[in-house]
Amino acid sequence: MTIAWYLAVSALIFAIGAGGVLVRRNPLVVLLCLELMLNAANLALIGFSRMWGNGDGQVFALIVMVVAACEVTVGLGVIVAMHRLRLPVDVDTMRELQG
Amino acid sequence: MSATTAAWIVLAAPLAGTIIMSLLFNRLPGRSAGWIATAAIAVSFVFALVALVKLQQLAPAHRELTSSLWSIVRTTGVDANASLLVDPLSVLMICVVAGVSTLIHLYSVSYMSGDRGYSRFFVYLNFFVFSMLLLVLAGNFLLLIVGWAFVGAASYMLISFWYRRTTATRAGIKAFVINVVGDVGLVLGTFFIFRHTHTLDFVATFHVAPKVFASGSGDVTAGCLLLLVGAFAKSAQIPLHTWLPDAMEGPTPVSALIHAATMVTAGVYLIARMHPLFQLAPAAGDVGAVIGAATLLIAGTIGLAATDLKRVIAYSTMSQIGYMIMAVSAGAYAAGLFHLMTHAFFKALLFMAAGSVIGAMGGNQSLDRMSGMRRALPFTFVCFIIGGLALSGIPPFSGFFSKDDILAQIGSRGGWYWGLYVAGYLGALLTALYTFRMIFRAFLGEPCAEARELIDHGHLFHPEQPTNPANGEVEDTDVGFPGPEHVIAERARPMQVAMGLLALLAVFGGIVGIPKTTTWLDSFLAPTFASSTVHLHPSNTLIYFGLALGTAVGLLGILIAWVVWVAKPGTAPVIATRLRPLTTLFENKWYFDELIDALVVRPSAWFGSFAQGTFERLFVNGALIGGTTAVVRAGSAAVRSAESGFVRYYVGFIVVGLTAVGLYFLVQS
Repeated sequence: MTIAWYLAVSALIFAIGAGGVLVRRNPLVVLLCLELMLNAANLALIGFSRMWGNGDGQVFALIVMVVAACEVTVGLGVIVAMHRLRLPVDVDTMRELQG
Repeated sequence: MSATTAAWIVLAAPLAGTIIMSLLFNRLPGRSAGWIATAAIAVSFVFALVALVKLQQLAPAHRELTSSLWSIVRTTGVDANASLLVDPLSVLMICVVAGVSTLIHLYSVSYMSGDRGYSRFFVYLNFFVFSMLLLVLAGNFLLLIVGWAFVGAASYMLISFWYRRTTATRAGIKAFVINVVGDVGLVLGTFFIFRHTHTLDFVATFHVAPKVFASGSGDVTAGCLLLLVGAFAKSAQIPLHTWLPDAMEGPTPVSALIHAATMVTAGVYLIARMHPLFQLAPAAGDVGAVIGAATLLIAGTIGLAATDLKRVIAYSTMSQIGYMIMAVSAGAYAAGLFHLMTHAFFKALLFMAAGSVIGAMGGNQSLDRMSGMRRALPFTFVCFIIGGLALSGIPPFSGFFSKDDILAQIGSRGGWYWGLYVAGYLGALLTALYTFRMIFRAFLGEPCAEARELIDHGHLFHPEQPTNPANGEVEDTDVGFPGPEHVIAERARPMQVAMGLLALLAVFGGIVGIPKTTTWLDSFLAPTFASSTVHLHPSNTLIYFGLALGTAVGLLGILIAWVVWVAKPGTAPVIATRLRPLTTLFENKWYFDELIDALVVRPSAWFGSFAQGTFERLFVNGALIGGTTAVVRAGSAAVRSAESGFVRYYVGFIVVGLTAVGLYFLVQS
């Protein structure tokens, strides 16, 4: 199998993830979609790693997973905090940064 | 040690004193600040003497040393080093400045002891001495201007030393503003000369000046006239003199040091230093000589009518500096500097004695209040008499030789200089008259209440409530006002030592230039003025006639003063009423303040308020400030709508932007 198939799947997953982040309003789902995007990148990294026959890409993928874990921790913490304050679980209501 | 090393130490000692005392000023116990300051200046004086000795060991033709520590600016056409010029002229000046300053510091140790700003006073005083030494030692125009501005700043700080007195702060501001006029003149004059010589260094400037300037050419005349503006402002010559009498608001040692002995003679030094340039601009020299003569007469007449003890001496200072300016402008350099030296001695002595009198009067300075101080203040009286005799030019006191030296040399130029000669002797008559008017009124006659308290009860008069002698405002004795304790020389050893030494100098200072006998000062200064094109050799007749005339005029002045104020006490008011227009003119100081107010201050104030109403309102506030804010406000309104606060929109922007960037690079490759 050529690298192209791996990249196609990776791009597809990334696009699904990005679309999800853009259209979904539930922060939990937004986080899930972010995970999709990160893992799409991981897939591409591992594909390249296999293509070149060395482990660099895999090391990158591991580090991305660590980052993803951290991000989920923070993101879930924010969601729990929103829930405790009885805020609506909807990213569009959080718009205090408007100019 | 070379003479230049000694000169650097002369400069470093007062600077070190300033820095040490300003860092520790509120931790120094008792009078230690005064002693540190005095020691710093004494070190400076010792090394000034070392420089003098070392310079005399060189051959006369080589007594012009420069020393450069580092380069301040070196770009195309400008070569400004931190360099000193050590030659007989600057060495004479540092000896006089450091010597007199040491004695005045010593005097201040006691005189200021009751003041709450004791340490601050000595910081300022040391800073002033440093600035003055920098001014006279500077080896190029840049350092000269720096020193020139520093002494102006130090003078401002010391005049306004009692900063809670409104009269003192106003006087300080007035002095500073008029001095800045002089600074501008000095800087512009330097530029006129620099344009042609392309160097800031004194030695190089004087070397190339005769080659690049035709004698009497426009630029060198303009340059010298502008230098004269600087000299007039610093040396209180008409019409830039009005700050000096007001500067008497400062403490008396300040008047003695800055406004009599050192700073106000900077203009004389400047003209003497620039003599190669002034000889190329004879017109500028003539202007200087005429203004000097006018100042010595006008100041003398005002001194006759002033009733404030210190102001009388201040007008006398103006008048004596008029002699010096006249001398150095007319080419009698050594004579002018001789008078500068003797004047520093006897005028500092007079101010110190006046300080003692003011101490006995509880801070009051009015001659109308004083009388019969002779028995109350015997030591001060003797010092005052010695200073007064030296000032009036009575032989064998120092002022006699220096003043007659100036006038004999002026007379030897002939032509219209005879007018200056006559003015000089007329001024000498006025000098003797106002000096002894002051002495007779303050010291003779029935003792006033303050003197009686000292004679009968043996303690100093202190007013119930301290007041400002200038306007009668009630004040306290905290910091920013004079302290609660007044001091007289009779009860303070340091003051006696300082005044005694100065009295000796005032008596014997003339020994360095007795005509036909000792020409030490002339031959000492000769290397500096060797290239001078003006050679004045007064005939024997002129010299002996001048000495006789000077003595006669001085004695006549004292005699008239005796008759008017002692023998027939009622005469003065009668004369005053008979010559009512003249008296009014003198009492109002020839209306110079009013004239300057009408010609400069009011038009400037009017223009300022006009510009505020139109230019500032329409252009600055309207176009500049309003325009800028309008542009920024419109721009921010345009982009603000993008800031919706929807996180998803931002994500969308990022996705679109990144995609666009990615596509761009794809298309490029």
